[in-house]
Amino acid sequence: MPYDAIVIGAGMSGLGAALRLALHGRRVVLLEKHELWGGLNSFYTLGGRRFDVGLHALTNFVRSGTDAARGAPLTRLLRALRIRHEELRLGEQSGSEIAFPGARLAFTNDPAVLEAEVARIFPGERDGFAALASWVRAFEPREDRTGGPSARAVLERHLHEPLLREMLLLPLLFYGSARADDTDEQTFAILFRALFLEGLCRPEGGIRTLLNLLVKRARQAGVELRLSAGVRRVLVAGGAAHGVELENGEVLEAPVVLSSAGAVETLALAGRATERSSEGRLSFLESIWVLDRPAHALGHRAATLFFSLEERAIYRRPSGLIDARAGVLSSADNFAHLEPRREGELRVSVLANHTLWKALAPEEYAAAKERAADEAAAAAVPFTVDFRPHRVFRDVFTPATIERFTGHRGGAVYGSPEKHLDGRCGIDGLVLIGTDQGYLGVIGALISGVTMANRHVLARSEALRS
Amino acid sequence: MTEDEVTLVVKDILQTVAPDEDVSALDPKVRLREQIDLDSMDFLDIVMELRKLYGVHVPEEDYKELATLEGCVRYLHPMLAGKTLRSPANV
Repeated sequence: MPYDAIVIGAGMSGLGAALRLALHGRRVVLLEKHELWGGLNSFYTLGGRRFDVGLHALTNFVRSGTDAARGAPLTRLLRALRIRHEELRLGEQSGSEIAFPGARLAFTNDPAVLEAEVARIFPGERDGFAALASWVRAFEPREDRTGGPSARAVLERHLHEPLLREMLLLPLLFYGSARADDTDEQTFAILFRALFLEGLCRPEGGIRTLLNLLVKRARQAGVELRLSAGVRRVLVAGGAAHGVELENGEVLEAPVVLSSAGAVETLALAGRATERSSEGRLSFLESIWVLDRPAHALGHRAATLFFSLEERAIYRRPSGLIDARAGVLSSADNFAHLEPRREGELRVSVLANHTLWKALAPEEYAAAKERAADEAAAAAVPFTVDFRPHRVFRDVFTPATIERFTGHRGGAVYGSPEKHLDGRCGIDGLVLIGTDQGYLGVIGALISGVTMANRHVLARSEALRS
Repeated sequence: MTEDEVTLVVKDILQTVAPDEDVSALDPKVRLREQIDLDSMDFLDIVMELRKLYGVHVPEEDYKELATLEGCVRYLHPMLAGKTLRSPANV
């Protein structure tokens, strides 16, 4: 019996789309090629410890029932998935920092803190920053808006100090730009709101708390979740998708296929060649340091610390294996959680070059990984305490690791710089969700799945029925 | 179904669709959109629940009848005549 919809990939966007459709009584099959769900935001166990993959915190935090929560992205998302705020057990960040040569800016989930920091360190920019924040608050994201002015142009319009512009830009790029050294106006506005006006939080227990809740709800709502079910082909006839063929040869039929595999990857599944230039080029080296005590006990108090050794925000594919001149330090220890943490955790993320990592001989790879992780940590340490002597364990992943586990070509965690905000990819009934649709981060990916399910399946058929 | 029961039906559905909101204290005469911040997608969810639970079809041109709790009850009362109260299938 055919399905109402097939969803490819049980990451955040796929789970969001499948759950949303099932809540509306649709017959949905959710296909995941790995043995575990999560995609770019999954989890694993190594050396008896549990680790999260992917970004370290959720953005868009709003407290339940507050004025700020009204109409906020998190509120809309939870409602669409019928999840109560408290079920996510979100702990707020203690605070974060942006550290550049000669200047540091702190920010928390109270936007007044960053405003005061800007006024203190860049007194002449007080009004400009307030105007920028107002512009972001008033910005309405639209699915038909692509390209447009760059983030740098928006910053230049409001702020005179080049250093302040670079300091505000760097975290946003690291949090979700698929474009080198810049991003577009809309992505800028979405990320600025997500990070600086709303803020960071983490589910108690990490990403698996959220994933397990989504999977449980999806199953209860009737989603058929199939693991180890890779898709070999998307079946297209007469210019329209009508199903998929799995790697085991099984054929599943549905009038709509929603794919989180990425734009280039999805079109390849549908037998359409695309230009390599539309593949994403930005990937990361991430090292997770397990420490003998929580990071705050060592004096590292930032939930997230964005650092740059240069006065200009550098965010591009490096010419070497990594570029440690800028990066992100994040610690799960610095969120308000009830369960005590005996060990500490600190992650160091820097940009990395996928091609060079792939070109390494197998015997060079492991040593290169350790060297690169050491180099990234050495770059970060001057901005905080020296956590390295407190290491009890370390795991490192490279662009090659990311590609292997997510299927995203080039290990491009933020996908292609070309986004498909309306979800269309040129084939009827084949809808892009997730990274290449355009909403980034955990919350963004879930919104992507929900929004595309609303737009391409529910809104259409609801209108037909009535 | 009595009018009180229809009110219960609507409140149950609103609670399902907006689980973080307090629907017990809704003012029947004030627009729902103002009290619990519903958007057009949420109205789609309400209509869908009505169909799922009671087989009631609300055409798009009638969505405006659902603007307030009072409006919902007035509009749905005749449509729910003879049906019994069901709790929403909130997973």
